[in-house]
Amino acid sequence: MIGKESTAGRAAKFTFLGLWLVFTVFPLYWITITSLKAPGDIFAFPIAYWPENFSLENYSGLFGKADFGVYLTNSLIIATVAGAVATVISMLSAYVLARFEFRTKSALLMAALVTQMIPTFIALGPLYLLMTDLKMVDNRLGLILVYIAVCIPFCTVMLRGFFENIPDALEEAAMIDGLSRFGALFRVLLPVMRPGIVAAFIFNFVNCWNELFLSVTLMNSDSNKTVPTALNGFISSFNIDWGSMSAAAVLTILPTMLLFAFASRHIVQGLTAGAVKG
Amino acid sequence: MSTASEATDPTNPTDPTGPKKAAKDTKATTATKTGAAGNGGAPPVRKVQQGRRKPEFTARRGFLIAVFMAPAAIFVAVFTYYPMIAGSQMAFRHWNLSDLTDTSWVGLQNFHDVFADPAWGTVLGNTGIWVIGSIVPQLVIGFALALWLRRRFPFRGLYQALVFFPWAISGFLIGILFRWMFNSEFGVVNDLLQKAGLINEPVAWLADPDTAMFAVLVANVWYGVTFFTIMILAALQSIPEELYEASALDGAGKVRTLFQITIPYIRVTLALTVLLRIIWIFNFPDLIFGMTGGGPNNETHIVTTWMIKITQQGDYGRASALGLVIVAGLLLFAVFFLLATREKREVRS
Repeated sequence: MIGKESTAGRAAKFTFLGLWLVFTVFPLYWITITSLKAPGDIFAFPIAYWPENFSLENYSGLFGKADFGVYLTNSLIIATVAGAVATVISMLSAYVLARFEFRTKSALLMAALVTQMIPTFIALGPLYLLMTDLKMVDNRLGLILVYIAVCIPFCTVMLRGFFENIPDALEEAAMIDGLSRFGALFRVLLPVMRPGIVAAFIFNFVNCWNELFLSVTLMNSDSNKTVPTALNGFISSFNIDWGSMSAAAVLTILPTMLLFAFASRHIVQGLTAGAVKG
Repeated sequence: MSTASEATDPTNPTDPTGPKKAAKDTKATTATKTGAAGNGGAPPVRKVQQGRRKPEFTARRGFLIAVFMAPAAIFVAVFTYYPMIAGSQMAFRHWNLSDLTDTSWVGLQNFHDVFADPAWGTVLGNTGIWVIGSIVPQLVIGFALALWLRRRFPFRGLYQALVFFPWAISGFLIGILFRWMFNSEFGVVNDLLQKAGLINEPVAWLADPDTAMFAVLVANVWYGVTFFTIMILAALQSIPEELYEASALDGAGKVRTLFQITIPYIRVTLALTVLLRIIWIFNFPDLIFGMTGGGPNNETHIVTTWMIKITQQGDYGRASALGLVIVAGLLLFAVFFLLATREKREVRS
């Protein structure tokens, strides 16, 4: 082990960890508390840190006045499908980039890095025209296709790191035993890579679930809106309806947070591999 | 690092040298192995002619590479690169939603307009503050958390799950959360600071040009520390315990161990994580968009939110010009950054 810690060192460490925990969790606590106050109490003095009366009015308003259930469903479908397809496609490209040496390899990796530098807004106009030509504006499949493309570069780089950590010998043994390369990939490599794949999928899902600008541009009708688009709608007017906003925020954060909580071990493990190789 | 120690922990998937070395070795012998399999009459998938093994193998290999790369390449080319390139040519045209009848070529006029804007200096300065003011605290706090989370303590798993969750929230929504907390009238930040006696009267955080950037940075630090913690924590797990034991035997203190063992060992990850984060923070208008919209008086506008503003005004030509400036700037930065860290990386590996 690393050298023994002094008592003072330990105290400092746990004080810092405690403070950071409070700082991290407090905004979430605060938005939740706000959402559970009756709309009138949100703007009452003194500010209540624990409301006397809990109310679900903000939440019922979301499903009554607005179609928040529809938005949640849309986001769920789009993020799940796009995240899963992007993971599968990235697995193939990551496998090749990890296992083979070829001339265009560094160019491909650079191309992946450059996608991270392109501001979304430079592509919005032409993308809209392209989707119009494909008859996929205001269409969930259209947004899914765009999101898949958004997810692929980082997902590929991440999974490549994971593949590189698995010795070649594993699949070579499988191939000598008569499996094809595909067979070796799917029956031998994938089970070993499960944490990495789960981490990659969660990253994709969260990215798609949270994406705002593309979805605002491509989805017009109310029945096709995603959650971030709906949230954006709450502030387009002069004032923010903080009651609805806070309730909507809680409902938006909850699914991804649960996903993170359940899979945090997988994420660290998965990124562990990706991180080491960059 | 001895081979014996590698063998003791074969399950550790994070050891950077063990599996890598193994992978390299096997890669080097792959060709001969396949050849041997063909010669020796071991069940070859396909009958291979002697002497022509290699070219055919290469052709099949090339085919496989192409097939596996194709889906990813097509998606990214069609939905990312094509729109970007199509958008780039708008930068050299008069392209304004207010008058779409005239989309003539105007050369570099749009670029000139971007740089000639009186607010450009402010926006550029803000971008610098935004990137540096975000990355430094994120890196320092993220590093500290990772060092502490490396060692077991009660409820570490729960702590990790709680501390990591900001990463799951969208930048836009984080902007909204902090906008509500920094609200001048009903904001909890003012209330807490007043209770603590740190301020006497409410501060209009987001309306005051002097405090708005600070508030936005607090939100971004809250969000971004997680990424560094996860990446560094992951990299730390690759440092062999023996190194620490040796340094403890040599009587090295904590600080010396940190700077002479920990940091040099994870330098590659550190450099690449910082590069990726700088690019992301630069290209991250979402949080500011949700929190201040660039105000007050442009004081929290960074280049990417500035681009949104120009787009919303309908001047696509100028917005695209600014977009190209951003991509070019980031590319230059990435190249310099990679060159500057390359030497060290080669020494390391």
